[in-house]
Amino acid sequence: MSKMKGTQAIIKCLQEEGVELLFGYPGGAVIELYDELCKSDIRHILVRHEQGAVHAADGFARSTGKVGVALLTSGPGATNGVTAIATAYCDSIPLVVLTGQVPRALIGNDAFQEVDIVGITRPCTKHNYLVYDPEELIPTLREAFYLAASGRPGPVLVDLPKDVMASLLTYPPKKPIKMQTYQPNVNPHPNQVEKACRACLRAKRPVLYVGGGVILSGANEELTTLARRLNIPVTMTLMGLGGFPGTDPLSLGMLGMHGSYAANMSVAKSDLLIAVGSRFDDRVTGRLDAFAPQARIIHIDIDPSSISKNVGVDIPIVADCKRALQAMNAWLDKSGDFNPREVAELHQPWIDQVKEWDDKHPLTYVEDGDVIKPQYVIETLHKLTGGDAIITTEVGQNQMWAAQFYKFNHPRRLLTSGGLGTMGYGLPAAIGAQMAFPEATVVDVAGDGSIQMNIQELATARECGAHVKIAILNNNYLGMVRQWQELFYNRHYASTVMEITPDFVALAQAYGAVGLRARTRAEVEPVIREALATKNVVIMDFSIAREEGVFPMVPAGKATTEMLLV
Amino acid sequence: MKHTLSVLLRNRPGALSRVTGLFSGRCFNIESLCVAETYDPQISCLTVVTRGEAAIIEQITKQLHKLIDVIKVNDVSEGEFVEREMALIRVRAEAGTRAEVLRIIDIFRGKVVDVSPNSYALEITGSESKIKAVIDILKPLGIKEIVRTGKIAMARAPKK
Repeated sequence: MSKMKGTQAIIKCLQEEGVELLFGYPGGAVIELYDELCKSDIRHILVRHEQGAVHAADGFARSTGKVGVALLTSGPGATNGVTAIATAYCDSIPLVVLTGQVPRALIGNDAFQEVDIVGITRPCTKHNYLVYDPEELIPTLREAFYLAASGRPGPVLVDLPKDVMASLLTYPPKKPIKMQTYQPNVNPHPNQVEKACRACLRAKRPVLYVGGGVILSGANEELTTLARRLNIPVTMTLMGLGGFPGTDPLSLGMLGMHGSYAANMSVAKSDLLIAVGSRFDDRVTGRLDAFAPQARIIHIDIDPSSISKNVGVDIPIVADCKRALQAMNAWLDKSGDFNPREVAELHQPWIDQVKEWDDKHPLTYVEDGDVIKPQYVIETLHKLTGGDAIITTEVGQNQMWAAQFYKFNHPRRLLTSGGLGTMGYGLPAAIGAQMAFPEATVVDVAGDGSIQMNIQELATARECGAHVKIAILNNNYLGMVRQWQELFYNRHYASTVMEITPDFVALAQAYGAVGLRARTRAEVEPVIREALATKNVVIMDFSIAREEGVFPMVPAGKATTEMLLV
Repeated sequence: MKHTLSVLLRNRPGALSRVTGLFSGRCFNIESLCVAETYDPQISCLTVVTRGEAAIIEQITKQLHKLIDVIKVNDVSEGEFVEREMALIRVRAEAGTRAEVLRIIDIFRGKVVDVSPNSYALEITGSESKIKAVIDILKPLGIKEIVRTGKIAMARAPKK
């Protein structure tokens, strides 16, 4: 068989894997790969910092469901990507991150721009590789794509020594990947499915508690069908938003630390909690012994290690969420014991109770004349985008307001760093999503603090024509920490006041983008309208009520029923 | 509760550090760890002795399974199993005590593997309690150095 150069083989393999777009930053160790890449039809987006490359690939992956690809050089290029790799790992996002490495002969010699990136990223990747044998290069890359996308998805890093990429190798024919040590269990056990269905039919106070697994497996339709036919209210984690229509009468919105009153009360009083692709994270459960104390628990998850990790589970179903929900729906279709009207009636008093909680303490905020309330900005954004924009967020108050007040009706519309909570995620992720969907409206909901963590990507957005809109909810504070200090640290605002904040309008202009400012409530709508109509990157700087808080709030370590309300 | 886990993993660079990194990163305890190639040179067997409640051991087992390099995890201490450890012990052995050391090591069916004018190096194999008994009894004679392998374990074959 004829030989091929490693760099050419990599490009060919990426094309075979369906990669049309990747995000990266060149350097010495990958210079030859760039030489080949930029001769190919794969589009490369040059970022301004490697963290941005991996976040952008992550935004691409979350919005499309495909594997995102980033390409970084060795040493600092690779380490700059680590935060973003960890971000993707915590939220189970499929990525393949290619890093250059010094030539094999220099590995271990403290060579220039050498770092043990495989060692560094071992705990924050699903798997990683250092390719040592050129003949292993292509099989390894294929395995990386397979691992990233299958089972519980996650980032996979492939470290590529410069001389391996320069070697001649045989390009092996593509064949199905079989791994002796990795066989995720995607199909649910029929007995468990039946048990779960029967529990749903018997329960008087059931709640569906839905997480990112529903989005990742594309199970939103199956979930919606199940919830409606069984008349069961649905609450979502931050990662699960959009998995069930946020405007549906059965939706309770988000649960947990900043969840709705109705959501947290329902879980606390439920007699059956049906967890689907969620992992009982501490931000969801609050004090563990007070979480769903009266409920039997069904847990559907593809990762066996998620089951009974924090909360004991009565009916575990290890499977892909979509297949498990399909199986439940199929069981109900066939079962003589399922009478839709009977079940709807059985659950109706509970639905009425939940509604009563929601009426008593709805998600709300207090208007204050001309002052801009951040919640109003999100509501207006929702209205003017028809609820159909792709929203990325930074981390902190901006993220929680977006989650609470933008009622997501579709999956893959909220891109946010849930598990790791990475400030600086929103802008590069928005670029990734915009590159995947050039015609979509993509808005990064940001704070004045977090936007500055990756603001350099404005140049990337301008250069690649990603006309993202950035809504800065500007309170001159690191608002979420400030809120904790207000509530629990005697208003001692230690290092949360940002005394110098750039003029964001001027900053936008400096990058050739458009800057708009709103100082009063009346200016909010016109500013958003103008931004949405502008074919360019736009920063909207909203001067919001400085000490507005995110409510409800469950203080850390408290039961989720102990909410501080507006 | 003490558990002995037998882990089969792909014999690849970095595979061991994935396992040890998992234990340290998740604050799981390692009492001893022993790893070597199996009959199949592509596969290593790692024996790890750890301590924890049932829920912790369940997590350890599941998290190990999640590692791509791990083929199989078996909690051998759940059933009947054989467990062995080897220790090399250098003990003071001078004119007055040389015979005594030899008598002791004979009782425990150990061997002398190195001799110097004033010390013996002894090899002793057995269960943890046996090794401890040997150490306790040699202690008054003056132990100069101990090297232990950590435990290896094998489930007993079914009797029928």
